[in-house]
Amino acid sequence: MKKYTYTEKKDTRSGFGAGLHEAGKKNENVVALCADLVGSLKMDAFIKDFPERFTQVGIAEANMIGIAAGMTIGGKIPFTGTFANFSTGRVYDQIRQSVAYSNKNVKICASHAGLTLGEDGATHQILEDIGLMKMLPGMVVINPCDYNQTKAATLAIAEYEGPVYLRFGRPVIPVFTDPDQKFEIGKAWMVNEGTDVTIIATGHMVWKAIEAGEKLAELGIDAEIINIHTIKPLDDDAILKSVKKTGCVVTCEEHNKFGGLGESVARLLTTELPTPQEFVATNDTFGESGTPDQLMSKYGLDAVNIVEAVQKVIGRKK
Amino acid sequence: MKHTIKELEDIASQIRRDIVRMVHGCQSGHPGGSLGCADFFTALYFEVLNYNTDFKMDGIGEDLFFLSNGHISPVWYSTLAHAGFFNKSELATFRKLDSRLQGHPTTHEGLPGIRVASGSLGQGMSVAIGAALTKRLNNDNSYVFTLHGDGELQEGQNWEAAMFAPFHELDRLICSVDYNGQQIDGPTKKVLSLDSLQAKFEAFGWHVINTDGNDMQSIVEGLHYAKTLTGKGKPILNLMSTQMGAGVDYMMGSHKWHGTAPNDEQLATALAQLPETLGDY
Repeated sequence: MKKYTYTEKKDTRSGFGAGLHEAGKKNENVVALCADLVGSLKMDAFIKDFPERFTQVGIAEANMIGIAAGMTIGGKIPFTGTFANFSTGRVYDQIRQSVAYSNKNVKICASHAGLTLGEDGATHQILEDIGLMKMLPGMVVINPCDYNQTKAATLAIAEYEGPVYLRFGRPVIPVFTDPDQKFEIGKAWMVNEGTDVTIIATGHMVWKAIEAGEKLAELGIDAEIINIHTIKPLDDDAILKSVKKTGCVVTCEEHNKFGGLGESVARLLTTELPTPQEFVATNDTFGESGTPDQLMSKYGLDAVNIVEAVQKVIGRKK
Repeated sequence: MKHTIKELEDIASQIRRDIVRMVHGCQSGHPGGSLGCADFFTALYFEVLNYNTDFKMDGIGEDLFFLSNGHISPVWYSTLAHAGFFNKSELATFRKLDSRLQGHPTTHEGLPGIRVASGSLGQGMSVAIGAALTKRLNNDNSYVFTLHGDGELQEGQNWEAAMFAPFHELDRLICSVDYNGQQIDGPTKKVLSLDSLQAKFEAFGWHVINTDGNDMQSIVEGLHYAKTLTGKGKPILNLMSTQMGAGVDYMMGSHKWHGTAPNDEQLATALAQLPETLGDY
């Protein structure tokens, strides 16, 4: 198992804030909008340097999505910011008609996704957003795994022409990816090469997959770990190549197993290479109040759950 | 004036003929609101709006128009064709398979003249605001026009947008309301009363003007006047009274022709009331 270390922990939303600021410096057409959550989305640096290119919309997310769609007409590249719940479920039809169907170059940037939002509880902890967004024709869906990858993803989507959903979170987690990485939309990252099982992880679950990989190595299991940061378009080739080698797969995501990354992987494998698969994901449930660590544990999203899923799926191999 | 009132009325008559023929041709669509707004579209595209028929999505230096109540697509399609955006023969494809003239307007098939999809109601004002903000950032002093149904104003997103536009002093935004008092399930007064739209928009900080949307002189003067109101920090709302089905006697004033197609006999009756002025498609 390749050794991953970290010297600091940071939130992925701060990676977004840093990426947005840098994208703003690189391209004067980058504009930002927010629905009364500037601090939570870490947009302060962008606003300080480019006040005329920032629009405070107030608590009116539907209006924000429509305005963003309109701002593309004339060449702007709008980044909208609010919590994941209010970025997707609340404004689904606005995104569907004014952004996706109209093919507008809007970047929907969503913080506080999943259970790790914590104490605010289930009203704010969306676990369905990946499904909602990946169902929209033409929508790119990205869920990066740490501060550095989120920053790189933010810069990459500014250069990509078309609608994008960028999902990140609130808690501080290890920073373990390369600060100078080049982010390629739709390209998987090989975290660790192995032979016994393929662990496919996205977002906050990537570090947990690394922790699980270390535990599995102690048990004599050689896990291949792949980071799928781009859930749509999915890197079919990377997944198929790995699964051909290992013969089984565990998908890991901070999301409902209905409609998430795991289902995208299952759709691929069932048509191309039927393979035993286990899902580390929430199971058709809402969340609740609690600390992020408590919630990840209670809802089965810890390294130990990945280890168990790996042992189970290896047992299902023919 | 680029045209006389008589010339504009003749264009509107042809657009009305196209509307009833298009809806009859596919036996679906929305003739009532389309007919009611034929004069508005004629005034807008043949007298008021500055645009290039060599269509570019970004519309830099051009006035922009957004149709929020997308179901009245027949009037827009006919207007765009006669204004030169595409050949009028294409009107015959309305709502048919493989057509660029979808039931509700969309950019998806690349129809020139359309900049965003509409149909799911209540979204057009927000999009127009975005376009106006970008024009401001680009130092582009052209105008952004919209049209909304009155029943459509029951959608809450309109009021988020209505609050935003005056706060940001978008005084080159000119929104019109097709104030015909009808919606699918009946008169707006019975379904969900809009009460005083004038008072509501004024309370939100808009400059409200009133026009007769089926009187060419009134609507042309009203839209020209609206453009003179810029510089005062207020978006403009044109409260435009219309008759649903205007121009076809048996369709007028009733919600029953909101989304119903005429049969062969009804088509003949309608066409007899609408002189062919520019040549049928």
